[in-house]
Amino acid sequence: MLPAEAVSQINNTLEKYPDSRSALLPALYIAQRHVGHLPLDALHAVATLLDLPDAHVRGVASFHVMFRDSPGGRHLVQLCTNVSCMLAASSGLLDVLKEHFGLRPGATSPDNRFTLLEGECIGECEKVPAMLVDSDVHTGLTAESIIEILARYE
Amino acid sequence: MSKLIDRIIPDPVRCITGISAYEAEGGFRALKKAARAGPDFVIEEIVRAGLRGRGGAGFPTGRKWAAVAEDTATPKYIICNADEGEPGTFKDRLILEKNPFLLIEGMALAAFTVKAGVGYIYLRGEYPALFHLLEDVIAQCRKKGYIGPDFMGTGADLELYVHRGAGAYICGEETAMIESLEGKRGQPRSRPPYTVNYGYMGKPTLASNVETFANVPIILNIGAESYSKIGSPESPGPKLFSVSGDVVRPGVYELPMGVPLSEIIYEHCGGIKGGRALKAVIPGGVSTAVLRSDDLACRMDFTSKCEGSMGIIGSGAVIVFDEETCMVHTAYRIAKFFAHESCGKCTPCREGTDWIRAILLRMEQGLGVEDDIRLLREVCGNIAGNSFCALGDSAAISTIGFLDKFGDEFEAHIKGKTCPFGGPV
Ligand SMILES: Cc1cc2nc3c(=O)[nH]c(=O)nc-3n(C[C@H](O)[C@H](O)[C@H](O)COP(=O)(O)O)c2cc1C
Repeated sequence: MLPAEAVSQINNTLEKYPDSRSALLPALYIAQRHVGHLPLDALHAVATLLDLPDAHVRGVASFHVMFRDSPGGRHLVQLCTNVSCMLAASSGLLDVLKEHFGLRPGATSPDNRFTLLEGECIGECEKVPAMLVDSDVHTGLTAESIIEILARYE
Repeated sequence: MSKLIDRIIPDPVRCITGISAYEAEGGFRALKKAARAGPDFVIEEIVRAGLRGRGGAGFPTGRKWAAVAEDTATPKYIICNADEGEPGTFKDRLILEKNPFLLIEGMALAAFTVKAGVGYIYLRGEYPALFHLLEDVIAQCRKKGYIGPDFMGTGADLELYVHRGAGAYICGEETAMIESLEGKRGQPRSRPPYTVNYGYMGKPTLASNVETFANVPIILNIGAESYSKIGSPESPGPKLFSVSGDVVRPGVYELPMGVPLSEIIYEHCGGIKGGRALKAVIPGGVSTAVLRSDDLACRMDFTSKCEGSMGIIGSGAVIVFDEETCMVHTAYRIAKFFAHESCGKCTPCREGTDWIRAILLRMEQGLGVEDDIRLLREVCGNIAGNSFCALGDSAAISTIGFLDKFGDEFEAHIKGKTCPFGGPV
């Protein structure tokens, strides 16, 4: 089930497209924003709203790293380890996150605060290493600053 | 002459996000000129200017616009490819942050010229702040009549929308992007039919990169004649280079096409950090083959070739490595990216990219065997030319590039049974 507000937001995006199927990515974003992740019943609700088969909607959701099928932590941390960030020793920051927050790539911290993903390039290659926390970009990270930044996310 | 008229990013520190600032410095002059002179004039100017697509493949833009304009099917669409997923590339983000109206002006010119009523900006999911910025910029343009119903008094209508991707590199490939916009998994289509005739919703569609659209107002402002004299004769114009890695001043640099790689690294970026020596450069994003320090004289444009390499300019992402970088580790990290991003549609790419990743990983860990170099080349040979889209080819080009240019490092890993650089994987 989706909250009424999510349903009306999804209906509003329909006017941008010549058919309802094209509104699938925005609809999944809206559903995830309201529910926190995309459980099967949310996917079913989106499928019904857009008049699409459930299997199609599940296939598209699972294709993308931005859509999550399990709740995870309250904040999603994507630390870039691709080449430009690699050169700035971003892998060392993975060790810092493990020591300080008990965070491992692909897992959620014991206090349920963070889920960590080892990310691909986020296009911030001139201020490395870089990470995304939810929608916020943080760059030029050091072992000290990454701890200080994450401390701000409850 | 005002910098706004002939530069993509007129001022690296200023963000022109208010429409009156853009207008005050000559913005929308190109669109007004086109509305007077007509669509044929615009296409002629782009053809004469010699503009080639900045998304990586360098396709002649004038031919693309003409093909969509000539198709009689309706409705037509324009799509701006702002998926920018090639690792090391961040130039499109800079255009959108610093001079977003230039893109909108380019898209309005395109819509007017090919007679498209609706356009989408396919924005990569990792750029959430730009989503709101672009929606605001589009609203400002609509209010002033540069887009919208009967825009610029042309009698035509244009609505522009921002569509957010959700973190899949393959969705930057033109036909995968269109599938994704249609609400499907982003997997490439077979061609023909081509996007210009059979694109979004099966209709004629003009799909181009952000920087390509941004070049068109410049062509109309300074004239095709002057434009074609900037940089290389076969692929002229200004070009944005995203430079990252071990240089003193990483960043985006707007330089004439054809600038030598050495000039970018040593003059504009201040050379190698910490006084160390340069070992290698990836010239155009991780899809291009790595170069050695003796290849730096090569010119950055769509036609020049370096010893043993295919195209070098790619997305214009220059990644610089100093002498302390392990090339096996670097090759592995890139292979891991391609294996992760393979969409799974075709077997050579889906299976092959993961094999490359696995073999490079064991080499880096000191577990490689004598036969691994031959095996890697064989796997790459099975992908190249056999994959459905260029993603698989890119994985092969990257790996073979590292083997060709730094074969000694691979052998050292195998013989020494360890990474000589103390590499952590
Ligand atoms: C795997 C893959 C990823 C791509 N990613 C992008 C991208 O992020 N942005 C882009 O403009 N072109 C990308 N391209 C190139 C597009 O397919 C297409 O050539 C380009 O958008 C055409 O625009 P242009 O004529 O303006 O260059 C990619 C191609 C491949 C094979």
